[in-house]
Amino acid sequence: MNAVLESSHDAHHHGPVNTGLKRWLFTTNHKDIGTLYLWFSFSMFLIGGVLALIIRTELFQPGLQFIEPEFFNQMTTNHGLIMVFGAIMPAFVGLANWMVPLMVGAPDMALPRMNNLSFWILPFAFTMIISTLFMPGGGPNFGWTFYAPLSTTYAPDSVTFFIFAVHIMGASSIMGSINIIATILNMRAPGMTLMKMPLFVWTWLITAYLLLAVMPVLAGVVTMMLFDIHFGTSFFNAAGGGDPVMFQHIFWFFGHPEVYIMILPAFGVVSQIIPTFARKRLFGYDSMVYATSSIAFLSFIVWAHHMFTVGMPLAGQLFFMYATMIIAVPTGVKVFNWVSTMWQGSMTFETPMLFSIAFVILFTIGGFSGLMLAITPADYQYHDTYFVVAHFHYVLVPGALFSIIAAVYYWLPKWCGRMYDESLGKIHFWLSFIGVNVTFFPQHFSGLAGMPRRVPDYAMQFADFNMISSVGAFLFGFSQVFFLYVIIKAIKSGQPASDRVWEGAHGLEWTIASPAPYHTFTEPPVFDDSEVHS
Amino acid sequence: MTMKEHSHYYVPESSWYPAWAALGIATMVYGLAVWLNDSKSGSENPTVFLFFTGFALLSAVLFAWYGKVIEENHQGLANAQLKQSYVWGMAWFIFSEIMFFAAFFGALLYSRNFVMAWLGGEGGKALTGDYLWPAFQAVWPIVENPDPLVFPNPGESMAPPPLSQWGSYLPFWNTVILLTSSVTVHMAHTALKNGFRDKLKLWLSITVILGVIFIFLQIEEYVHAYQELGLTLGTGIYGSTFFLLTGFHGFHVTLGTFILFVQLIRSFKGHFNREDQFGFEAASWYWHFVDVVWVFLFFFVYLY
Repeated sequence: MNAVLESSHDAHHHGPVNTGLKRWLFTTNHKDIGTLYLWFSFSMFLIGGVLALIIRTELFQPGLQFIEPEFFNQMTTNHGLIMVFGAIMPAFVGLANWMVPLMVGAPDMALPRMNNLSFWILPFAFTMIISTLFMPGGGPNFGWTFYAPLSTTYAPDSVTFFIFAVHIMGASSIMGSINIIATILNMRAPGMTLMKMPLFVWTWLITAYLLLAVMPVLAGVVTMMLFDIHFGTSFFNAAGGGDPVMFQHIFWFFGHPEVYIMILPAFGVVSQIIPTFARKRLFGYDSMVYATSSIAFLSFIVWAHHMFTVGMPLAGQLFFMYATMIIAVPTGVKVFNWVSTMWQGSMTFETPMLFSIAFVILFTIGGFSGLMLAITPADYQYHDTYFVVAHFHYVLVPGALFSIIAAVYYWLPKWCGRMYDESLGKIHFWLSFIGVNVTFFPQHFSGLAGMPRRVPDYAMQFADFNMISSVGAFLFGFSQVFFLYVIIKAIKSGQPASDRVWEGAHGLEWTIASPAPYHTFTEPPVFDDSEVHS
Repeated sequence: MTMKEHSHYYVPESSWYPAWAALGIATMVYGLAVWLNDSKSGSENPTVFLFFTGFALLSAVLFAWYGKVIEENHQGLANAQLKQSYVWGMAWFIFSEIMFFAAFFGALLYSRNFVMAWLGGEGGKALTGDYLWPAFQAVWPIVENPDPLVFPNPGESMAPPPLSQWGSYLPFWNTVILLTSSVTVHMAHTALKNGFRDKLKLWLSITVILGVIFIFLQIEEYVHAYQELGLTLGTGIYGSTFFLLTGFHGFHVTLGTFILFVQLIRSFKGHFNREDQFGFEAASWYWHFVDVVWVFLFFFVYLY
């Protein structure tokens, strides 16, 4: 027994035990797995981006130029699915893998082998989803929300593969969440009480609970679809006493918390970065924690605001309208706190800070359009128009995605021990910032003017806005390829980074060497209040 | 919560189990999708080997994986903090299972309380019923489907007889069996904590037997439903919710019985002691969870 203990103890000072492909396949190391998640997510981001550009190419002008409407539907569906489940979510899980153990002073994730399983399910799941595009009858074409009966009675045969892919990626998310919860609750360094945890850790803890609560519901709803398709049940068919609208209720009971699963960790990232570059402590730490918890709670009681036009009882419409608007309060608290953190700070504007400030401004725009959509009578006008597309792209692209990019610039020096090129980073920021606004801002106008979403062709009156949008989309797309170049250049030949990296940074992750050694905190670190970040 | 004394949190250097498990899972579900699509297209010989290959691979990997975890524990590699991670892991896994069942209970209650009324011509969306199937009678359990040409009517439902005849009401006996098994597994746990190995084996064996009897009776009930009552998956929303709720519960009972059976084998092999028994405890938590789900099922699916 002692021999085993000693040998494993010695190995902690070394790098990975396997090399080459085996290292990545069999790794139990949270840093390796975090890296896998991040690269996987980036590759899905590029694939999802190509689908988006196919959409924008077709929409560059009115009329059908390049692709068939049927294929267009497959593009919108898979763009959404790949971006939500393949790009944004795994990117945050990758960040959690890398940073949560470093931030709480743990030797690794609580259940390292299961951590590996959570990751390696994903490439299989997405291979399955992408392969549906090449199957007879085509891939999923019913929108990423896969409403019944489009996804049941009228679905292509490939929907069965889609259903099982959702099942296994859900299993991956559940295992990942369990791991994150166990790590945060069980493995914090002595002295790190809950209310001294970095906010990124807090937001991920709450996100993990959201995932645990709703991924099984998603599994439930796709299971009902599976049985409707293959075993003759009538969950979503009124001829047998079921109801297609019931699909929407169950889906959005998952779907609305899912939206916050994609934004709460973003709040955490921004709450780490802004204090660093404002050289102040985070304003209102406690209220940040309570606001995040409130948002998480409210996310469970607002789902039907996605379905105001299906014909709900009036009482339901009123309830979901007011409940939705209440979310603006804790969200407002957060925006206020970020701005107050910057107030009178000694601010500098390195790339992560630029992305974070853009996040605060542009996410707030997305939040405001969300408030407009929450007003039931107004939603009757906006529903299923490009206004909705503009709204959720504002919260997801300059919201969730910008925070991920900011996090990469912020922590990359810690991961690989090298700085990115600040000038290139700033160029990337301005290209992305301009690209995203040129793409999505005009969509507010085309939407308010009545252009429906998910159409391959449109009336002449929307031509100008769509052309601008398409130009912006290509600018944004190419600037993300540029991002890849900036990152690879940093990894290959960046200037060596110091351990602290940023002079204003606090937290356990900055007390270790850059690059972070393969094994960290095998002995619990001393955590004193000088490293309390916020 | 954090460990005061010096001990290492064991992190395996590398492991081949998870990657192979992922391959097994992917092969299994891909194979199942191929199988289902083959069957749907009317193929006489659907491709089934992929599913079974994946299932076999996953089972083999899990067997090795759990064996390794037990072995590491016996080697003393698992400190108290690591064991606490397993406790959190199991607890929140059960929470996610509860949410899975919640989706199906939600579907049942929504169909029953809202959809039935609307299809029957009452409430906020009463016009639905008036326009689509004005003849439809909204009663639960459904006697006649809105469109019997698409979804054939069920013959009879699983509704309970008067209380005096519960002696021949199978779901009642299933309730008795499962509630009893929850007690017996608790007895086994108490015996283990007090160091009474023989009593542990006895009570655990009884629990496993009760689990098997439950599964057997559930199959009996399904055969009865299909062959005598004319109640099938395809007979409308009552059959859909009935079979999926009881079916997934039955699947969980099967899994739970298997898990308890593994614990029984481990008890005979001398595993567990008075302080260290989380494998058993997790299995018993799972069993209690399955039991509680049944209580809700019995009320909402059968009685209510």
